[in-house]
Amino acid sequence: MLSVDNLVVRYGAVSAVRDLSLKVGRGELVALLGPNGAGKSSTINALTGLVTPASGRIVLDGQDISRVRTEDRIRAGLTSTPEGRHIFANLTVGENLRLGAAIRRDPKGVHQDIERFLALFPVLSERYGQAAGTLSGGEQQMLAIARSLMSRPKLLLLDEPSLGLAPKIVVQIFDFIGELKAEGLTLLVVEQNARQALRFADRVYVVSAGTLRHSGPPSSLADEHGLFNLYIGG
Amino acid sequence: MDYALQQLLNALAFGAEYSLVALGLAVVFSIMGLVNFAHGEIIGVSAYSVFLAAALGMTSPIVAVLLAVAAAALAAIAFERVAFRPVRYAPTTTGLLTAFGVSIVVQNLFMLLISPKPQSVSILNGLNQMWFFGPFAVSSLQVMELIVSGLTILALVLFLNRSTLGLAIRAASRDFATVRLMGIKANRVIATAFAISGALAGIAAVFIIARRGSVSPDLGFSLVLKAFVACVIGGFGSLAGAAAGGMLLGFIEVGLLVALPQEYGGFKDALTYVIIVALLVYRPEGLLGQRVELGDKEI
Repeated sequence: MLSVDNLVVRYGAVSAVRDLSLKVGRGELVALLGPNGAGKSSTINALTGLVTPASGRIVLDGQDISRVRTEDRIRAGLTSTPEGRHIFANLTVGENLRLGAAIRRDPKGVHQDIERFLALFPVLSERYGQAAGTLSGGEQQMLAIARSLMSRPKLLLLDEPSLGLAPKIVVQIFDFIGELKAEGLTLLVVEQNARQALRFADRVYVVSAGTLRHSGPPSSLADEHGLFNLYIGG
Repeated sequence: MDYALQQLLNALAFGAEYSLVALGLAVVFSIMGLVNFAHGEIIGVSAYSVFLAAALGMTSPIVAVLLAVAAAALAAIAFERVAFRPVRYAPTTTGLLTAFGVSIVVQNLFMLLISPKPQSVSILNGLNQMWFFGPFAVSSLQVMELIVSGLTILALVLFLNRSTLGLAIRAASRDFATVRLMGIKANRVIATAFAISGALAGIAAVFIIARRGSVSPDLGFSLVLKAFVACVIGGFGSLAGAAAGGMLLGFIEVGLLVALPQEYGGFKDALTYVIIVALLVYRPEGLLGQRVELGDKEI
């Protein structure tokens, strides 16, 4: 589904991502773990095209999208729920969901999807006409993920879905992520919270200081307890 | 009574015109952080299009109105495409200087290609008549200005609240990158904002031509300064603020004209700015602007 080869992201003289390669297979949930500042978000932003990589190749479903604009990558079936949620605070919950479906041309299907998410997250239904900025952090995260799903992506990138949320809410969010995987969605989840990310992960990549340090099944991480200890604490 | 009514209408009409132009500035500023000082030249292009078309034999005022609005919208889109897009991601001062550059270039084009002197345009004079309601005489132009501005603002509100592109413009005013993550083309959102901004300027141009009966190269510049002030009063970037600020400015100006003895009439502008300064001391973010905590990340 997604293949990244030798990705390099630089901000001026600083290298945020160095020679990173990874793959995500169809239907897989892949976790990208690492401490703060490891280059995880830079990787996601390079995948969506919000930052331009210095070099490297990004292939989605056999199509090289390295030079494709963000808007067209989303249209090609990739989307991301950004770190810090970035819901449109001045728009209502409903308007946020509608914008998530901006690229679709089937109003009926869009309507059905909105109904589905409102049934799934009753709190969004209660607050449908309310400014999204008034939602709690957990509710905003649910809205942000639902908004991403409104475009019916093939591949969803989730950047730190647990950021700033209470442990109980984090468990709920990851339960939902597990359901998405069960429905067949392909996911790349970036996390500092390794324990939650590993619940449903098929494979794990560990990055630190912009470099890939480890890759393998989640169990391999438990074996190398040094790595596990390092990242489980965030 | 007649006098009071006339002054009220004056204030409303001036306010409506300031609001239209201020909204044009605010729509672009809200999503791009660009204070488009070339906005006056969009009004200029619109006015000179009507002048040229009339010189070439156009006689229908309706066609002139449509032409004014269309020319302004196209001019705004062209300014964006040619001048502002290359500096879109540059620091805001670069955009500001670019806007001044466009303003100077276009004003000089009017002078070189047409004339530095005002040119008479009479095609829209028919809009400017006296209407009599019983004992009251009112200017048809002012009544129309008020009604058309009201309807235009209503249409803008509907567009921004109902259409996907309108929602995208509102969302982009806070978080452009995330709008792009929705698959919405940045170029299209910005071009739409400029087109709206231009159309609003074109509507204002219709009223200016009808009132003055002439066009001149610097026709829009002072109006844009007023609109800028209206945006500052209302809170820069806030659309409701721009509309409210424009209306308030109209009322302050007319109010001062009425209140000041005739021999002190020349102090109108100075006193207007004193009132605005006092207002900004109380509310530095403007009437409807949002207080921005510097260094704080918006969630």
